Amino acid sequence: MAEKKQFEKGKMVPVPSHSIIPERDLGTTPILECSHLGIDFGGLTAVNEFNITVGRTEIAGLIGPNGAGKTTVFNLLTKVYHPTRGTILLDGLDTHGKTPAQINRMGIARTFQNIRLFNNLSVEDNVKIGLHNQEKYSMFSGVLRLPKYWKREKAAHERALELLSIFDMQDLADHQAGSLPYGAQRRLEIVRALATNPSLLLLDEPAAGMNPSETAELMENIVKIRDTFQIAIMLIEHDMSLVMGICEGICVLNFGQIIAKGTAEEIQSNPTVIEAYLGKQQ
Amino acid sequence: MLIFLNHLINGISLGSVYAIIALGYTMVYGIAKMLNFAHGDVIMVGAYICFFAISSFNLPPAVGILLAMLVCTLLGIVIERLAYKPLRQATSLAVLITAIGVSYLLQNGAQLLWTSNIKMFPSFFPGQPVELFGGELKITVASIVTVAVCVVIMLALTWFTGQTKVGKAMRACSEDKGAAQLMGIDVNTTISVTFAIGSALAAVAGVLFCSVYPNLTPTTGSMPGIKAFTAAVFGGIGSIPGALLGGVLLGLIEIFASAYISTQLSNAIVFAVLIIVLLVRPTGLLGKQIREKV
Amino acid sequence: MKKSYLSKTNWVNFATYGMVIIAFVVMQLMGSAGMLSSTIRGQLVPICAYVVMALSLNLTVGILGELSLGHAGFMSVGAFAGAVAAAALPISSAPLRLGAAMLIGAVLAGLVGVVVGVPVLRLNGDYLAIVTLAFGQIIKSVVENLYIGMDAKGLHASFLENRITFTDGGRMILNGPMGVNGINKISTFTAGFVLTMIVLVVIFNLVNSRAGRAIMALRDNRIAAESVGINVTKYKLMAFVTSAAMAGAAGTLFALGQNTITASKFDFNMSILILVFVVLGGQGKMWGSILAATFLTVLPETPAMRELRDYRMLVYAIVMILVMLVTNSDKLKGLAGRIIPKGKGAADNG
Repeated sequence: MAEKKQFEKGKMVPVPSHSIIPERDLGTTPILECSHLGIDFGGLTAVNEFNITVGRTEIAGLIGPNGAGKTTVFNLLTKVYHPTRGTILLDGLDTHGKTPAQINRMGIARTFQNIRLFNNLSVEDNVKIGLHNQEKYSMFSGVLRLPKYWKREKAAHERALELLSIFDMQDLADHQAGSLPYGAQRRLEIVRALATNPSLLLLDEPAAGMNPSETAELMENIVKIRDTFQIAIMLIEHDMSLVMGICEGICVLNFGQIIAKGTAEEIQSNPTVIEAYLGKQQ
Repeated sequence: MLIFLNHLINGISLGSVYAIIALGYTMVYGIAKMLNFAHGDVIMVGAYICFFAISSFNLPPAVGILLAMLVCTLLGIVIERLAYKPLRQATSLAVLITAIGVSYLLQNGAQLLWTSNIKMFPSFFPGQPVELFGGELKITVASIVTVAVCVVIMLALTWFTGQTKVGKAMRACSEDKGAAQLMGIDVNTTISVTFAIGSALAAVAGVLFCSVYPNLTPTTGSMPGIKAFTAAVFGGIGSIPGALLGGVLLGLIEIFASAYISTQLSNAIVFAVLIIVLLVRPTGLLGKQIREKV
Repeated sequence: MKKSYLSKTNWVNFATYGMVIIAFVVMQLMGSAGMLSSTIRGQLVPICAYVVMALSLNLTVGILGELSLGHAGFMSVGAFAGAVAAAALPISSAPLRLGAAMLIGAVLAGLVGVVVGVPVLRLNGDYLAIVTLAFGQIIKSVVENLYIGMDAKGLHASFLENRITFTDGGRMILNGPMGVNGINKISTFTAGFVLTMIVLVVIFNLVNSRAGRAIMALRDNRIAAESVGINVTKYKLMAFVTSAAMAGAAGTLFALGQNTITASKFDFNMSILILVFVVLGGQGKMWGSILAATFLTVLPETPAMRELRDYRMLVYAIVMILVMLVTNSDKLKGLAGRIIPKGKGAADNG
């Protein structure tokens, strides 16, 4: 990382109204603010009145039963879908009308629920593609192999290996991405997202298909990524041990509506949440 | 005015043929989610079978048409089983290249079997043209039969997909093959049935097309095939009324373009229409939006 | 480990360069020793043109992952632009005139590539393929109805009907459906070799660069590529236009090696023939395209194969289908073992 974002612990700031945990430290300004966000598919309202604020170095969890609209929220944030209503402010800037690629350049990177790697390319190339907007040179420098090409390629190679070392994957650099085991593919997706130098990282079910020890390792790594890169992380996850273990703020979604926001303890004792997951108590 | 009416009738008649071919594309695309590039060449095979049945074996035209339908149905099923079925999980690029290969195979196979010499397709529709306005406007029997056949086929298919068990299975497969399978629908059989129906219709279309444009060669099918695909896209892929609407509109555009703009450029104009439709409204006139799942 | 991967890609690239250079040197030596029949000598320039066509289409199909069915259209633009340029340019040195004509052919085909690509590349898959086919047909129709002539005042063009009137000494160059006649054959095998090498360098260097990775990322997973900030239109267009420009240069090379060219030569069948080269050679494999284009052009001309010539297209079609089935079908990949774990998985789920 060229410039490390300063994380000033314990400094209280004016709290935006949509914060998951109102008393939390949000840095000078929040990284993400969603107001009245909503989308309709045909006549069906998939997400409605989604109001949330995420702090600069917060780990936020987005949970809810299947079909609650969690991935739809990620798709709205990254402009895969364009919202029907509401605004998304990223670092105070309106993201209205941006393309997914522009959103990434503005600072949101993501992983996908169903893994989307560049399967025919090597692990290293996958990360280098993540570095696309970090190590730039023109097509002509590339085709003519001008000095800039060699300089930037070297930088990209070194940076890719450095990023892979987060998950201890530098030895896999030459493997074909599609041939990696499932867990490694999920980790590679995170590395690729990190390579784009985001300020907000969205993880869609990062622990899906992992065994308990892998999940525990992933939890450590997510916290490590936040601490090293000083970025905000928002994750969708069904594994409650992970969510409750590392998320500082949790937002619960059901039928496209937020039904609860708060810390892990608050969520665990919230009767609406329990009802949404387990059904009405007799 | 009479000339205009004459063009209008020719356009509708040609459009009806396109509509019948477009049905084959639209049904297969709706269910197998593939562009069956070889569909146009099945038309050509159908026309050849009918041609030989009538001129070489002196069979009555009706028998010739039935024979053509039978052969094309079998051909459609065989093509699907051998070439497309192994590629259900493959990329659309791979399937499309394979379909182009099949098209190429049929064309060159026909060339070897029947040579590239032009065969004159016999006109077998009996009777005199219907004369209107004191004989100034002539409507050929072929035109009337073509439009009538097209309407009958449309009605029959609408009934078939809406009311019968197999038809409902086809609609279920086009929505969600996995779910259809879980409901006990045999997806492979359903896809085969779709190819069979599409290919039988292609035979009918081939005979009708050649009774208007009688020059029969191994490449006869490729142009109307591509144009009918344009018609299917125009009307909205996967939609039966869309195929009819798209086919007739395309037939009219082609006839009027060659009559009032330029004969040499009529094909270019038809393709320009395709490009504009795909860019402005990729789902076609009656198609529905499909959202990519992320 | 890392080195083995890098050197593997490099090894393939260098072997490809080597193969082309050796083939050129061998043919030159055989030519000067008088060991080549006139048929083969006549085929050398077309082979180079087909090789470049196959390489350029492979950039679209193998690297970008989109099917273009109108590639002959770009070749046509290059062929006619080059033929007109070669006839009109006041350059006395034949190689220089050829080079300038190729450049004009490439630039013009590239421009047409932009015009076609901007709308077309908004589409995906089958729709994109069919629209490129449509554009190929439109290009053919336009060229078939184009008349270009030259007199002392310069070039004159007219569309649909020949309305050109000349001053003294004027002559028609492009005569609508009759095409261009009496071409001064200035294309040489050496020029074809140089063009092939340039195209190879551009493709290999592009693929191993930032832009090339972005293009391959779009091929492998468009949504993921967008999510890491890759501009879809820009890189699709970059690949498409590069491919079109190369096809244009190949078209010029081809045209200036013929006596006569007509628009009907560059029809859908030509597009498919080039696609056959790409598919048989392997998508994304440049050496495969070179070999396929060379052998499928030469073999039908050899005496042993001449009797089977009628079956050529039929065999191509069958081989094309088989290649697709074998490379894409799980069952035919010979992994019979796959079926068993699949069944197991289903049992576990149930």
